[in-house]
Amino acid sequence: MKRFIGFIKKEFYHIFRDRRSLFILFGMPIAQIMLFGFAITNEINNVDIAIFDHSNDASTKEIIIKISASKYFSIKQMITCEADIASVFQKGHVKAVLNFEKDFSKNLIKSNKATIQIITDATDPNTANTISNYVNAILQKYQKDLNKDITVANQIVPQTRMVYNPELKSVYMFVPGVMTIILMLVSAMMTSISITREKELGTMEILLVSPLKPIQVIVGKVFPYIFLSIINAVVIVLLSIFIFKMPVQGSLFLLGLESVLFIITSLALGILISTISATQQTAMMISLMGLMLPVILLSGFIFPISSMPQPLQVICNIIPAKWFIIIIKGIMLKGVGLQYVWKETLILVGMTIFFIGLSVKKYKIRLE
Amino acid sequence: MKNNNVIHIEGLTKMFGDFAAVNAITFEVEKGEIFGFLGANGAGKTTAMKMLIGISKPTSGDAKVAGFDVFTNAEDIKKNIGYMSQKFALYDDLTVKENITFFGGIYGLSRQRIKEKSAVLIEELRLEDVANKLVGSLPLGWKQKLSFSVSLLHDPKIVFLDEPTGGVDPITRRQFWEMIYKAANQGTTVFVTTHYMDEAEYCDRVSIMVNGKIEALDTPKKLKEQFKVDNMNDVFLKLARG
Repeated sequence: MKRFIGFIKKEFYHIFRDRRSLFILFGMPIAQIMLFGFAITNEINNVDIAIFDHSNDASTKEIIIKISASKYFSIKQMITCEADIASVFQKGHVKAVLNFEKDFSKNLIKSNKATIQIITDATDPNTANTISNYVNAILQKYQKDLNKDITVANQIVPQTRMVYNPELKSVYMFVPGVMTIILMLVSAMMTSISITREKELGTMEILLVSPLKPIQVIVGKVFPYIFLSIINAVVIVLLSIFIFKMPVQGSLFLLGLESVLFIITSLALGILISTISATQQTAMMISLMGLMLPVILLSGFIFPISSMPQPLQVICNIIPAKWFIIIIKGIMLKGVGLQYVWKETLILVGMTIFFIGLSVKKYKIRLE
Repeated sequence: MKNNNVIHIEGLTKMFGDFAAVNAITFEVEKGEIFGFLGANGAGKTTAMKMLIGISKPTSGDAKVAGFDVFTNAEDIKKNIGYMSQKFALYDDLTVKENITFFGGIYGLSRQRIKEKSAVLIEELRLEDVANKLVGSLPLGWKQKLSFSVSLLHDPKIVFLDEPTGGVDPITRRQFWEMIYKAANQGTTVFVTTHYMDEAEYCDRVSIMVNGKIEALDTPKKLKEQFKVDNMNDVFLKLARG
């Protein structure tokens, strides 16, 4: 035991004396969560738009007031001729132009039908879509207010309710994803690098010749990263609760346990990577290409798995991160307990055992 | 087997598939002896040494190191030997003292013992001024000497040195060999591989491996007589070229 403690102490010296690993360990989680929380977002806020009002009557004025009163849009300029539409887009001043037809009010009252054209800058398709949806929503509300007293026969009134994230905050989607990436990166990449470093420097040989057992060496190498990953998970959860006001509906204890499980899965992957790579650089490349990309692309973190082609959906199943994201989304947003995520948990446990078994086998072969 | 033999090897063989990297080698090493283990690159030196230090299992044969069998008691062997590899193997990002403490620790030395040992060691190597500096900032020669001392920390019966003087200047090499002699005088057996033939002359006995077999084993003096040459370099060339 005393030998083991000395070993872990040495590991911490390595970590705290290397600025790069310190940055990856502590700078990156905070930077990532801030980036995803503030900068990268699907929501729109204060989008600049222009108005081209052909009629300038009571109705259009009312609509314009409603739009400018919403926090989503700010009216940047009023356009007066057709040619300006193209030029405001080209200059990039505005993201959308609302084009009211002539005699808007009159048409609305006389023929019960008036047209407004919403032109959006679709160089960014997601934003364009969101803008158009938001404008539509405002118009619909206005229309409803107009028809308050009239009852229309055979009306279908859809009542939409966005559950678990009623305000559609994108940070709710990013926090579980970022947490997954960070835990994966810290646990798998950092351990695989730190183990291959000993191989590269030749100190691994010395350790294997010493009375330390190989299993003690490996556990000693990964232990500090379990500890640091848990700290990271706590920091991420605290940041999301206190800065992004993201609620944790389910049990914090279960969230903690599942995170530790995923950390161990990642560590097992890290050990596996270290057994197949001879240098730190290889270990890093394999971690980045083999772990990070799949985690970002195929885990359902950013791109929904259900809309991927079938073969890709099958591949997604072998990505541990996919299951972890399902689990923590369930716990954080839906507040579910283990009875709803036991299947995913079991899959992660199975994967972990598989990876550990495989690396033990590889490790033995190397020693022969 | 005589009582003061610390290494006793008979017909030790290591096969990689059909290829015999080490082919039935037999020799003995006495306590306190400086045993030179020579051979061209690829002759099987490293493989043989790995079997002796317990990190590679022999295919067949018999081997006892420090009184323990390499097949069944590899863990006991590890406690009784020191090892220094050709790659310099202390931690650059740890200080001199931290390295000593760490390696003392993994060999199970008590804190008190580590303290005493490191004080003696630092004084002997005249490292007082840099004891709290990172090892990475020391010149290679100092590191090498420190590395050797660290491999002797737990007073092993045998110390295995794998090309310990690669890349250091002649003065440092000389000092290094003085340290080896001192260790041998105190009863530690030194098992050393080297590519420097002048170093081979410093050994009590020398074995030369060619293609997995030991082709010659004797004192440097007798080997020179046997091959009718006047330095070890020529002995080596005669043997290695076949």
